[in-house]
Amino acid sequence: MSLSITRLTVVNVRKDLRLEWRSRDVFNSMLFFALLVVVVFSYAFDTGDSRPVMGGLIWIAFLFSTNMALNQSWARELRNGVLDAYRVSPAPAESLFLGKVLGNYLLVLLLECVMAPLFVVFYNLKSGGPLWQLAVVFLLGTWALVVNGTFFAAMSIRTKNRELMLPILLLPISLPAVYSMVEATSIVLNGDSSPWPYVKFLAGFCVIYTTACFLLFEIVLNAE
Amino acid sequence: MRGISLELQPGKFYVLRGENGAGKSTLLRMIAGLNEPTEGNILIFGIENKQALEHLGYMAHAPLLYDELSGLENLRFFAELYGSFPDQALIQAMERVGLDPQLDRRIGQYSQGMRQRLSLARAIFHSPRLLLLDEPFSNVDPESALAIAKLLASMRDEGKTIILVTHQVGLLSSLADEYILLSRGQLADRGKMTAQQART
Repeated sequence: MSLSITRLTVVNVRKDLRLEWRSRDVFNSMLFFALLVVVVFSYAFDTGDSRPVMGGLIWIAFLFSTNMALNQSWARELRNGVLDAYRVSPAPAESLFLGKVLGNYLLVLLLECVMAPLFVVFYNLKSGGPLWQLAVVFLLGTWALVVNGTFFAAMSIRTKNRELMLPILLLPISLPAVYSMVEATSIVLNGDSSPWPYVKFLAGFCVIYTTACFLLFEIVLNAE
Repeated sequence: MRGISLELQPGKFYVLRGENGAGKSTLLRMIAGLNEPTEGNILIFGIENKQALEHLGYMAHAPLLYDELSGLENLRFFAELYGSFPDQALIQAMERVGLDPQLDRRIGQYSQGMRQRLSLARAIFHSPRLLLLDEPFSNVDPESALAIAKLLASMRDEGKTIILVTHQVGLLSSLADEYILLSRGQLADRGKMTAQQART
C-alpha cells in the first residue's frame, strides 16, 4: 500500500475542513477579530482618503486573525491526543504539515473574501491600480503568513504560553514578508508605481520558507 | 526509564505492571516511537521501531480521536493514514469492540466507555502484529471489560503480540502469558502469569 504525500495531504485538508465546518471555531474567531479591527480602525482614522494607510491596516487585520486561527488549528490535534495517533501511523509528517497549511490557507482566503466588501464600505476604498495585481499580492502574502505560521504554531503548541509564543516566533520572521505585502498593497491601491519588486520578493520568501518548513517539520512534530 | 533490556516473543500476551509512576506508559510510548530513549534502541520484529509503524496498534489513556467526527468517520480518516482500508474492515473492527457502526453520533457525544472501545477499534482495524494497550479496561463497565478481554484473547490466538498496561490484572489471569513488573523506571521482575500473580 503506497502512502503518497499528495494523497495524504488531500486527506488531511478534507479532514480539517470537515472539522472546521462542524465546529466553525477557527473561522468564527478569525472573522470576529477581523471585524473588530475594521470597525475600531474606521473610527480611529479619517476615512476621507484612507488609501495611504490601508495597506498596513488590511494586513494588520489578517496577520492577527491568522495568528488566532493557526493556534486553534493545532490545538484541535492535541485535544484527545490525536496527534499521537498520527505519529504512530506510517503516514509521512510532511503530509500533515501540507494539509494544515492548505486548510488554513483556504480559510484565511475565505476570510479575506468575506472582509473585502467590508473594507470597501467602511473605508470608502477604491483601488487605483488593477485588482488582479491586488489578488496576486494577497495570494502570495497569505501563503507567506500561513506557511510560516503553521510551522511556528506547531513548534509552540506544546509550550505553556502558546498564544504568546506564536506571535513572538512568527512576527520577527515574517517581518520582511509583511513589509512587502504592505508596500505592494499600498502601491496597487494608490496606483502610483509598480508593485512587482515587492511581489517578486514575496514569491522568493514563499519558496524559501515553504521549503525550509517542509523539510524541518518532522523534527518539530517529534520534538518532546 | 533506566537500564531496561527486554526481549519479547512474538504471539505472546504480556502484562506490564507497576505502581503509579513506575514508567509503564512511558515504556509503551517508547516502543511506539512517541518518546525517544536517550540511549539504546527498540526493535519491533527485528526492525527499528519507527520503520515498523504499520505493524503497530497503539491505544493510549486519551482516545486519540476527533470529537467532531462520528466513529466510522474517525476510522475512515485513520485508515487513510495506513493506506486505506475498505469500509467493511472498519465496520468489522467496530463490531468486534461492540459498537454499532451505523451510529451517526459524533464521538464528542459518546460515553467514556464507548470512546474507549472506539479507541481500541482504531488500534486494531489494520490488524497490527503488535498491540500496545494502555489501560484498555478503564472507564468501561465490567461486561464490556470482559468482552474486550475476550477480544484480546482471540487476537492473541490469531498470533498477535500484545503488551498491555492495566491495574485490573484479574481479568487477564487466564489470558496473559507473562507479566513484566516495573518499579521506578526499572525492570523489577518478570515471569509467567499465574492466577496467584493476577491476585497480587
